Amino acid sequence: IMCASAKYNTRGPALIPRMKTKHRIYYITLFSIVLLGLIATGMFQFWPHSIESSSDWTVEKRSVHDVPVVKLPADSPIPERGDLSCRMHTCFDVYRCGFNPKNKIKVYIYSLKKYVDEYGTLVSNTISREYNELLTAISDSEFYTDDVNRACLFVPSIDVLNQNALRIKETAQALAQLSRWDRGTNHLLFNMLPGGPPDYNTALDVPRDRALLAGGGFSTWTYRQGYDVSIPVYSPLSGEVDLPERGPGPRRYFILSSQMGLHPEYRLELEALQAENGESVLILDKCTNLSNGVPAVRKRCYKNQVFDYPQVLQESTFCVVLRGARLGQAVLSDVLQAGCVPVIIADSYILPFSEVLDWKRASVVIPEEKMPEMYSILQSIPQRQIEEMQRQARWFWEAYFRSMKAIALATLQIINDRIYPYAAISYEEWNDPPAVKWSSVSNPLFLPLIPPQSQGFTAVVLTYDRVESLFRVITEVSKVPSLSKLLVVWNNQNKNPPEDSLWPKIRVPLKVVRTAENKLSNRFFPYDEIETEAVLAIDDDIIMLTSDELQFGYEVWREFPDRLVGYPGRLHLWDHEMNKWKYESEWTNEVSMVLTGAAFYHKYFNYLYTYKMPGDIKNWVDAHMNCEDIAMNFLVANVTGKSVIKVTPRKKFKCPECTAIDGLSLDQTHMVERSECINKFASVFGTMPLKVVEHRADPVLYKDDFPEKLKSFPNIGSL
Amino acid sequence: MQTRKKYIFLTFLASWLLLFFFGGDQLRRFAFFSGRKAEARRNWPRWTDRTLLKSFADPQELQRDGDPSLLSPRERRAAWLSVYRSSRCRMETCFDFSRCERHGFKVFTYPQERGQPVSETYGKILSSIERSRYHTLNPEEACLFILSIDTLDRDHLSGQYVRNVDEKIRGFPLWNGGRNHLIFNLYSGTWPSYTGELGFDIGHAILAKASFDTESFRPGFDISIPLFSKDHPQRGGDRGWLYQDSVPPKKKYLLVFKGKRYLTGIGSGTRNALHHIHNGKDIISLTTCKHGKDWEKHKDTRCDKDNVDYERFDYQELLHNSTFCIVPRGRRLGSFRFLEALQAACIPVLLSDGWELPFAEAIDWGKAAVVGSERLLLQIPSAVRCIHPERVLAFQQQTQFLWDSYFSSVDKIVHTTLEIIKDRLSPHRSRSRFLWNTLPGGLLVLPDFSTHLGDFPFYYLQHGYSPSKKFTAFIRVVSQAGSLSQPILRLIQAVSGSQYCAQIVILWSCEKPPPPSGKWPQSAVPLTIIQGRRKLSDRFFPFEAIQTDAVLSLDEDTSLSTSEVDFAFLVWRSFPERIVGFPTQSHFWDPEQRRWGYTSKWTNELSIVLTAAAFYHRYYHSLFSEYLPAGLRELVDGLAACEDILMNVLVAAVTKLPPIKVTQRKQHKEAMAQQAECRDGAAGTPPPGQRSPPAPRSAPAKLKGTAGSRRFSQRQDCLNQLADWFGYMPLVSSQLRLDPVLFKDQVSVLRKKYPSLEK
Repeated sequence: IMCASAKYNTRGPALIPRMKTKHRIYYITLFSIVLLGLIATGMFQFWPHSIESSSDWTVEKRSVHDVPVVKLPADSPIPERGDLSCRMHTCFDVYRCGFNPKNKIKVYIYSLKKYVDEYGTLVSNTISREYNELLTAISDSEFYTDDVNRACLFVPSIDVLNQNALRIKETAQALAQLSRWDRGTNHLLFNMLPGGPPDYNTALDVPRDRALLAGGGFSTWTYRQGYDVSIPVYSPLSGEVDLPERGPGPRRYFILSSQMGLHPEYRLELEALQAENGESVLILDKCTNLSNGVPAVRKRCYKNQVFDYPQVLQESTFCVVLRGARLGQAVLSDVLQAGCVPVIIADSYILPFSEVLDWKRASVVIPEEKMPEMYSILQSIPQRQIEEMQRQARWFWEAYFRSMKAIALATLQIINDRIYPYAAISYEEWNDPPAVKWSSVSNPLFLPLIPPQSQGFTAVVLTYDRVESLFRVITEVSKVPSLSKLLVVWNNQNKNPPEDSLWPKIRVPLKVVRTAENKLSNRFFPYDEIETEAVLAIDDDIIMLTSDELQFGYEVWREFPDRLVGYPGRLHLWDHEMNKWKYESEWTNEVSMVLTGAAFYHKYFNYLYTYKMPGDIKNWVDAHMNCEDIAMNFLVANVTGKSVIKVTPRKKFKCPECTAIDGLSLDQTHMVERSECINKFASVFGTMPLKVVEHRADPVLYKDDFPEKLKSFPNIGSL
Repeated sequence: MQTRKKYIFLTFLASWLLLFFFGGDQLRRFAFFSGRKAEARRNWPRWTDRTLLKSFADPQELQRDGDPSLLSPRERRAAWLSVYRSSRCRMETCFDFSRCERHGFKVFTYPQERGQPVSETYGKILSSIERSRYHTLNPEEACLFILSIDTLDRDHLSGQYVRNVDEKIRGFPLWNGGRNHLIFNLYSGTWPSYTGELGFDIGHAILAKASFDTESFRPGFDISIPLFSKDHPQRGGDRGWLYQDSVPPKKKYLLVFKGKRYLTGIGSGTRNALHHIHNGKDIISLTTCKHGKDWEKHKDTRCDKDNVDYERFDYQELLHNSTFCIVPRGRRLGSFRFLEALQAACIPVLLSDGWELPFAEAIDWGKAAVVGSERLLLQIPSAVRCIHPERVLAFQQQTQFLWDSYFSSVDKIVHTTLEIIKDRLSPHRSRSRFLWNTLPGGLLVLPDFSTHLGDFPFYYLQHGYSPSKKFTAFIRVVSQAGSLSQPILRLIQAVSGSQYCAQIVILWSCEKPPPPSGKWPQSAVPLTIIQGRRKLSDRFFPFEAIQTDAVLSLDEDTSLSTSEVDFAFLVWRSFPERIVGFPTQSHFWDPEQRRWGYTSKWTNELSIVLTAAAFYHRYYHSLFSEYLPAGLRELVDGLAACEDILMNVLVAAVTKLPPIKVTQRKQHKEAMAQQAECRDGAAGTPPPGQRSPPAPRSAPAKLKGTAGSRRFSQRQDCLNQLADWFGYMPLVSSQLRLDPVLFKDQVSVLRKKYPSLEK
């Protein structure tokens, strides 16, 4: 409607001057009506929005004290209490989020107001430093939208991080008058310190109806699984103190308790542990006789000894995190930052971000009843695991605890993952610290399957113009029982492939693909014509491989479908003089690569080669017309972490009388080029993924004293 | 005229200005979305005084979150017990942990009462528990109790509904308000609302129920199980249907559904809308109105045409040929369809809002299924189209892994339930989420062995570990001789000569005491002697003495050279999850006798590596002794030569892969002289040296009568009994042998690293 009326008005000026005969009054009235109409439209349609979304924001340099004041009448509505049965499908309006190609929810932040009651008394502090940081982080993130109409999630600027710093009823009234409140649907509140004396509820007491709660200190009874988000209690020390990550190795104390104001009953149990196990257990408390000016929060004492906090946490292997009046404790953040493994003793506590974080990898949870057994439980944990837990603890802090920004973004990502589950972040991305992500592999073909033999393989022959040799290869390969199709990649744009009638007649389909450009990477393109999992890449001059050797190679590939299974083996070596990698094709006792001049591999790796090759390797190979096979070896080893399999003893491939191991030129320049490739690829991959092994695969009865005719693969060449 | 013109233009000017001021911004917003990017976003303001803002809490307050006047922790926990009961049960308030402390996790099943028949399915569940290693016959030592009353079908319209359950339960002296009881249920509630109503008070019992809704689910206490049919196999189970990793994962259809369309009642919201996404090409969504007696009463205009289309497609064919399968709620939240799709590697697209997914406490469903929202049905086609082929491939493989690990038989479903409960008892000795969701799956990983991933043979690659660089030689001695025989002395010498050997452990499995330590040869590595209990299964007991990841299992009369050992160990380090060894045998299906056959002849294939000379990971000792139920080990102890077959079967069942044979010198044990046996050893083990005779090609029947053939038929029996126990034949065959790279190549021996292997 709006677009249409605007069009009508823009046409006006051209139209009206032509009607000169009409009276002046007529025009005046006409335009007055138009004007009034415009003004009215503006008033009704745009006015409320402008107040809410634009006018407040335009001024950049402003103080928190200047924000508008909203007076809450005493009888203004109060939302219902939180509904414990709420779940995403019952209380959340997904239609607001919609399907979008980026799979990102849109988050809107209400502008800041100061709320006062009827008597002008403030309802709460306008905003805390942390909440301001949190809102700033959301506003700077990809999730943010300034358009209330496009928002999926609404974050009030009313600060409820600490329940003790606000007036419950009035805060609830303030929430209820938010412009899009609608019973709290799709509203997200952040709270870190819930409850208050004497019963310390484990969730925010402010009535909030259907609003989602990102809360610190939920218990299993208040946490609405899959709806609320459990968040950490932020420790402002994180921002003040810089604790560098401490490497693995022994620490002075085994168990450390650093919390102040522990319940005497807990303290007694801890002291019993200390009495039993001596100095490896350290129990700290507040310092009673600190000189003036020393901040008590940065010191801890044991008898007369004074320790720096949180630095002392780094001196211990395990750090106790006991519940206080509340379940969530800020000390957890300090402990993680110190890379100390938290021992969490808080029955029914929902750990921060437990929906996505695997706390078993970073902490030890001990039921309160089992506190006396804590020492023996912790001692049963292997040292290697402790070191990993320490690293994991530190990683959790760095990724999800260290700042309000980290907390805010993790919370939004969790909600985002629920709404777009098919684009959700995986367990590994949430949990694996960078060191693990770096050193680990996730094999794309992880399921142990032995593909059915009946499927067969597709032979892909890359050729340029050696037609005679090509035809010989085709004839030889076609004798292999499991061959299901032969694909010739014709890489010569200047010459047409031979006529159909000239090709050898073979029992399986033969397809010729013509390429647009003479590139080596054409050999690894995932052609639709390849319908089998197994691909045999073979050069157009490999004529020596016997049918038994090829069939056996296919059988071996079936047992190792995620590896390169090939005939010519090669090795990479570290050249200590030159301080770089060297390519080796001599008679070696080891292999780390197989050449794709004759090798079986899974078609999936064609995809990876064509679309997922790191860096500029693909173009580099095409430009240098060399080393596509080394690149493939790097790619497969990098993604699977596994070695290649060299099959059969064969060393000669092109002609029986060739003297060299194979026909590929062994001259010095060739070796230098190949070595360069290895060094280039190792630097692009950032690591050397190739694995060196000392074995090759032969048929079970190879060279055994057994009648040849009873062997499945008798014709395995000697060289 | 002039003034009039001026007037007109002024008016226009004014109206333009007004339009610009009031409407311009909005116009741009609504009419030209693309143009908005240029405009600055109105972000959260950078307050000038933001650094002066106060913190949300006083640091003191944050660090001293205590209030000594509160209830003491013990009082609080006592108070919880009375508050958080029945519908608010948690492990810490409704479960008596102390029952599990003395005897560990033991499960007791109530004895069957006469005149109280149980359904076939419940019978299977009970027998799964009785077959489990946790079962006990003594209620005194039990930690968990299972009723003998069939509680699976609690739809009171059903024929299998058991009446007066409350009354019966109250008569059980062990009931104790349901404390430490586990109740299984597949169907609850009835037409028309199908609620979670069970028709009796479960009290403090843990409920393992299909179609659990998140609202009545007690987190960390109840367990959601999948709905399975009464034909679900007791053990073993069919394998998944994914035989190949096709790339791209091209199947004929993208998304399919075939099922009932509920015109009214609960669940009709989704079922009545499914036909909207049908496009007849790659999305097939077929519904029928034909169900119930009076469907024609509710029938609408679509029904007739839909019913015709419905008959045109076969459900099984759709399952086989589709990448994604819609699994919508039925009347209840869960359906058979879920497991069917999982087995078929048809990625489930779940449309069942509020369903607590099966075993969600352990399983990360986000890796194997698309959890859709019933409200966003129409977005499903575009959402699944956007899923990248790589991810589809991973999803498909994960469905197969989950199916095979946790769902393919009643045994697996029940054992998963028990393991989840067991994990709660000691959180510090439980499986992490990673273990549950990574091959080989949580059931095969014993947290009692270790909680560190690097101690298992399965996770080296995922976590960048590598297996230890040394091995333990573990030699079993059964011979009777008072002094040490020549072969064993030679063996100790050869093995200790390996640079990778860390220690030698001798299992002395003979009645006579071992020779004093002075009699043993001096070797470079420490030698430990363990007195065995003279049981065959002893050799796979997880002895503390074994300190390395790799175990080289040997018989006393095995003959190996140092370079054979070195080479085999290096091969094992490439395949740490498999058995890597020298002499091999194989199994085959004998179609005439309709049973598994076993052969020790030279063949082109192998599926069993004899543990008389083999490397494997020491974790398999723990699996053998702790994972396998005692009954199976007794079976092995009773048969003469079965323990190594069981070990091979176990490893194959875990890895789904064949063992690996490495090359060996020719004059292996065939020529070895027969050793004197332990006359009264629990098992009269024939010398393992006799294991691999190059027997002539003759039917086993002809061999009857000789000692060798008795042994042979025992091994064959063993194989068949194991296949029966596992419910399938786990052994996998291989056609290859691993040799050194230059093995028997015509090149100077000086170049070869293992020249002695070729002699």
